Amino acid sequence: MTTQTIEPGPTRPVLTGRPGVPFRRQLRAELRKLFDTRAGRWLLIAIFAATPLVVTGVLILADPKNLTYSQLVNFTQSPERILLPIVGILTVSSEWSQRTGLLTFTLEPNRKRVLLAKLSATLLLGVLVILVGFGSAAIGNALGIALRDGNGSWSFGLASYRDIAVVLIVGLLQGLAYGMALLITAVAIVFFYVVPNLSNLLFSSVSGLKDVAPWLDLDKAQAALYVHQVTAEQWAQFAVATAIWVIMPGSIGVIRVLRTEVKSS
Amino acid sequence: MSENAIEVVGLTKRYGRHLAVDDVNFTVRWGSITGFLGPNGAGKSTTMRMMVGLTPPTAGRSTVLGLDYRRLPNPGRHAGVLLDASAQHAGRTGREILHLGATVLGLPEKRVDEIVETVGLRSAEAGRRTGGYSLGMRQRLGIGHALLGDPQVLILDEPANGLDPAGIHWMRGLLRGFADRGGSVLLSSHLLHEVEVVADELVVIGGGTIVARGSKSDLLATAGGTLVRAADARALSAALHHAGIEHTPAAEGGYLTSAPTEQAAQAAMTAGVVLSELRTASEGGLEELFLRLTADHARPDSTEGARR
Repeated sequence: MTTQTIEPGPTRPVLTGRPGVPFRRQLRAELRKLFDTRAGRWLLIAIFAATPLVVTGVLILADPKNLTYSQLVNFTQSPERILLPIVGILTVSSEWSQRTGLLTFTLEPNRKRVLLAKLSATLLLGVLVILVGFGSAAIGNALGIALRDGNGSWSFGLASYRDIAVVLIVGLLQGLAYGMALLITAVAIVFFYVVPNLSNLLFSSVSGLKDVAPWLDLDKAQAALYVHQVTAEQWAQFAVATAIWVIMPGSIGVIRVLRTEVKSS
Repeated sequence: MSENAIEVVGLTKRYGRHLAVDDVNFTVRWGSITGFLGPNGAGKSTTMRMMVGLTPPTAGRSTVLGLDYRRLPNPGRHAGVLLDASAQHAGRTGREILHLGATVLGLPEKRVDEIVETVGLRSAEAGRRTGGYSLGMRQRLGIGHALLGDPQVLILDEPANGLDPAGIHWMRGLLRGFADRGGSVLLSSHLLHEVEVVADELVVIGGGTIVARGSKSDLLATAGGTLVRAADARALSAALHHAGIEHTPAAEGGYLTSAPTEQAAQAAMTAGVVLSELRTASEGGLEELFLRLTADHARPDSTEGARR
């Protein structure tokens, strides 16, 4: 009955072909891992539920003359900005914290390709979340016109879409970077919420640092993107701050993931 | 096609000043089960992690089906690996873990059902999160995951750990059948009796080095030695020591020595120690051999425990 299922082939295979597994299959597995655990599922439910909830809240509470598409987008992106990076953290850190890396990296020993699959999976999710955010804001604006005689302005502009997408994707990558660099879920989450805020506090309170703050503090560098009037200098500031807060920890993280031994206990 | 399923050549792993694995060599023949034995901390898991590319070796190399494991195309289809049954996401169901494996390996969903049945997990159990699994259930799931890709080689680290006697019996039958059909198994354990029945070959590791290696029957033939026991163990040990006879504590009390029975008796008599048992040790199975071979390398506290 079940014995044939473990039967090794009568002729041993000739081993040809590329090492590892096809990328498409690894990507499918990594996408599935985003929501097949209880924690992951609740996180995604929270992310996707937050947007319509926020829109509903704004619809009920806001002054009708402020009910514009642009306002609604600003409100919907804030829970996404807070929660999306956690997805990035978990996708890497759980392989170490839950020690599932023992299986993941024996089925695909090329860790670079596993990381690439994780990056692709979280980016796909990020894009979906961003689309849901814009969609919810649009529905909210339409409802605002219909139900509360809201302002209803649709003016937004392509550059604004770009700015919001950049902020959210950079946040997601920031989470991924901290997950890779720290490898322990709890530490990475605490680090993500505490350290950038401490930086913000430092640069806000020390007046002597006012001039360098937009170059060194990610939050201050991003401020311009929310106003959707980004100058060349502000893009440069954002690039420098991103290099410090995302690319540097991300590079350290990639090296750690590739080099850190996966141990059983 | 490689002659041996697994070849390990000079594998060495150094952590700072600690030499965890020191020049380990062995092979696993096609169609055989090799028991990889040693006390906890002897270097079994480190060796196995190096074999599957999870730990970079300081020196040496290993091949599975003639290739570095990391060079294997779709490795899970050729080598089934279980390194730690507890290394699972607590919030993921057993079936989902198998499903993920099947996705990566490119297997149909029905393979997951087959494996759930093969390893004797009930359908309801497979649908539960592994956080609530007993160690025995985790081992069954882990063995199932290793079998998922219908491999020719199995590399299993302590798979019997946590299995009940019926589970151990089941696992032995499964591995025997696997090897009889031409597959090869490397199976580690710190308990000899878990693998004694099923293994064809044994590799014994202690303190990071191979201390014995060969077919089970060969090792049994050389197991020999003398078991000597006295009510006053301390006095006996002193007497043997005085006579210049090297000895190590045996599993069930008393001491093992390579000296012949007569010489041990003479030493005891000279010191006036009354013996309660004196015999050649080979009939005690491999346990005594195992303990003797690894006693020098065992952790100090476990040696102390055996001595008391």
